[in-house]
Amino acid sequence: MSELQIVLAGFGGQGVLFAGKVVSYAALIEDRELSWLPSYGPEMRGGTANCSVTISDDPIGSPLVTTPDVLVAMNQPSFDKFLDEVREGGVIIADTDMVPNLRQREGVRVVGIPSTTLAEDAGLKGLSNIVLVGKLWAETHFCARETLDAAMGKCVPAKKAAMLEKNKQALEIGIGA
Amino acid sequence: MAEKVLMKGNEALAEAALRAGCRFFFGYPITPQTELAAYMSKRMPKIGGTYLQAESEVAAINMVYGAAAAGARVMTSSSSPGVSLKSEGISYMAGSDLPGVIINVQRGGPGLGSIQPSQSDYWQATRATGHGDFQIVVFAPSTVQEMADLAYEAFDVADKYRTPVMILADGMLGQMMEPVVMPAERDLATLPEKPWAATGHRHKRFHNVINSLYLPAEDLEVLNIERYKRYDVIKRDEQRAESYLTDDADVVLVAFGASARVARSAVNMAREQGIKAGLVRPITLWPYPVEELVRTLSTAKGYLVVEMNMGQMIDDVRLVVEGRAPVEFFGRTGGVIPTPAEVYERIVALNEKVGE
Repeated sequence: MSELQIVLAGFGGQGVLFAGKVVSYAALIEDRELSWLPSYGPEMRGGTANCSVTISDDPIGSPLVTTPDVLVAMNQPSFDKFLDEVREGGVIIADTDMVPNLRQREGVRVVGIPSTTLAEDAGLKGLSNIVLVGKLWAETHFCARETLDAAMGKCVPAKKAAMLEKNKQALEIGIGA
Repeated sequence: MAEKVLMKGNEALAEAALRAGCRFFFGYPITPQTELAAYMSKRMPKIGGTYLQAESEVAAINMVYGAAAAGARVMTSSSSPGVSLKSEGISYMAGSDLPGVIINVQRGGPGLGSIQPSQSDYWQATRATGHGDFQIVVFAPSTVQEMADLAYEAFDVADKYRTPVMILADGMLGQMMEPVVMPAERDLATLPEKPWAATGHRHKRFHNVINSLYLPAEDLEVLNIERYKRYDVIKRDEQRAESYLTDDADVVLVAFGASARVARSAVNMAREQGIKAGLVRPITLWPYPVEELVRTLSTAKGYLVVEMNMGQMIDDVRLVVEGRAPVEFFGRTGGVIPTPAEVYERIVALNEKVGE
């Protein structure tokens, strides 16, 4: 059974839900089972907003991911909250600009990249989330490379062509980071 | 072949309703069903329908009553506390034999409760949606695809039996996205005729009356008995359930909606450990799928009912099992979603208890 369970977490407004959507559309394009579940409601200031994404070859049970294979952490509280929940043998991908205390955990690979800085240096302010999706792809290959761009095309409205290009660029930066 | 798209459960309910010919929506905002009303507000004006945000839930359900009386396909949606407010109107609709679709995207209760997913309105939906002698048909979708399919069919079932139909969803199903293939657009000209509707008689027939007030007790008794004959047909023809790995199951889980997804994962975990577990998932909560559950009695040594409440559907399971096997319960409440691991532990414990 091939199943990948992902939690993407950060502050509200960092684009955590959007990043999860890109991953979800990639699974849709490849005709796989998928679920996307956002945390909703009043999140505490300084707390975390997160979303669960599951990609599978079989029907998906609970869409709420409690023991992720991969955690994408966009801030320190999210990293701290989910560090111990990640499955043995799993991966954590973190933005080191936002997660200064990148603690290690035995049995889990922690991959840190300064995605906020990487995005800003490339003139892509605000696309740290997409840089991290690129890194997520590089670490897990959850879909074919061309599917990733196609998924982005589904998430960015056609009339915002310039925005689509920037997002694709951000993916590329993440993949190469 | 229709395209597979990614949609939130709330949006799928709305889009499917429109495709079923729903042209009137009356509601009042509440989390976690908001996306449904938002979707309706965008789409209704474009297709010549009516979206109206009422001044309250009570007003909204009475607008539903009016549109249904005029023969329209009509829907309202809310979440738990809002559905309580609609209960009087739902009773009036049942008493007037009016079809309509009511969505409940449940959240934690009682009172204002929480805004997280819950199934604690099971009793309300199946036992006491309002005052008086009546039932309504209750569908319990478990995937976004089923949200679409059941919302679509709900209008046909409502029209066929002239009864309100409720879709009992929850915050998880409403908020999550999954791939979904939308049912085909209904040609409005093919919708069922409603000769009983109050649409103006043009001096060509006696006027139709839509009413739930019958002062002579004997008159009301006759009507109620006639309605219950219709309920007997519904109970005979409309039971729906899905069974998963129940053919040889020692431990049979019973769960609906969101908790059925969790239960299914737990069944898979148990099977991997060699425990013969299975799942019956009621799709209609009323009529309760008695026949499907009866089929499991030949192998089942124990039942585990999993719900996101303090134990409500378990009553219906006990009514079917009638003491022939132990019926246990596991639930989380207040808006907490159970995990497959928690449910798996209960399966293991029950399996040990009922094993030789």
